[in-house]
Amino acid sequence: MSGLTTADAFTAGAFTAAEAAAWIRRAAELVSADADRLTRLDAAIGDGDHGLNLDRGFAAAVEALPGGVPPGRVLIAAGRAIVSKTGGASGPLYGTALRRAGKALGDTEEASAAQLGEALTAAVTGIRELGGAQPGDKTMLDALTPAAEAFAASAEQGVPAAARAALEAAEQGAEATVPLVARKGRASYLGERSAGHLDPGAASSVLLLRALADVTATSLSAPGPTET
Amino acid sequence: MVGIVIVSHSRLLAEGTAELARAMGVGKAVVEAAGGALDGGLGTSLDLVERAVAAADGGDGVLLLADLGSSVLTAKFVLEEHEGEAVLADAPLVEGAVAAASAAAAGADLAAVRAAAESAHDLRKH
Repeated sequence: MSGLTTADAFTAGAFTAAEAAAWIRRAAELVSADADRLTRLDAAIGDGDHGLNLDRGFAAAVEALPGGVPPGRVLIAAGRAIVSKTGGASGPLYGTALRRAGKALGDTEEASAAQLGEALTAAVTGIRELGGAQPGDKTMLDALTPAAEAFAASAEQGVPAAARAALEAAEQGAEATVPLVARKGRASYLGERSAGHLDPGAASSVLLLRALADVTATSLSAPGPTET
Repeated sequence: MVGIVIVSHSRLLAEGTAELARAMGVGKAVVEAAGGALDGGLGTSLDLVERAVAAADGGDGVLLLADLGSSVLTAKFVLEEHEGEAVLADAPLVEGAVAAASAAAAGADLAAVRAAAESAHDLRKH
């Protein structure tokens, strides 16, 4: 089932192409498992297609995962597939995030926690520039901005701990979107009636951070290469 | 000549806007439609936008006009890879497309075609 070869085997402590690919695969699993919940959240304040769209987009990203390239290239290829197949606004937003993260990683084969933190910050900046939203607008940025900050702040403790901190910050940030009034996207047409609902984009962002925490916890905490 | 691309969630809206803009561009303007999802339904297709930009590119730059939401975001995603050669107009779709096509057909450069599209904000209906 896994397309990984021994040459791609996880290297303890660094974020490699194998982990970039594992991150996208795990994200696709989590999005697929939660697709109905995301769509229900979106139906409350959006156009009710977020789960379906992202499920299709991440499935395409898994299909498009390239071999024999550095982790940055893996993320760029996944992002492009997500834009191509997602259909909604979340496609170009997540696609830009992954492309910016991938470009920030450059051609490095093994990214350190600090480099991955910079890549996540670049991803968040990309989303902000593309969509024009700010934290507090009830969007995915409310989960992703604190997540990137938490990752960077915990980078010294290594990728697994930083990813765990990022996940916790994302969960808190997403939860904090519930009382907010939406100021971006289709939910903003609802005005005050958008308050009282969890933002679906923030909810899906939590899944992406959970995927990163999951894959780095199992691979980077292990003493050697992981057999699958 | 500057080429023009109309990005819309709807194939019909993109093609209709392109048709109108071509007519107002005195038949010379290059206006490509990138409307709907790949299967023809409502949505935005990265592949259709990229194909339209390539088809509209005659070497003098491409101006994109988009309707809303994911059309705008997908257009911007494509533009990140075409910095300087292609730009997105901050303009109303129909009025902007007509103004841009007229300017492009008259031989205006990319900055002037974009300015023509964006001046369509001033076309009041009351």
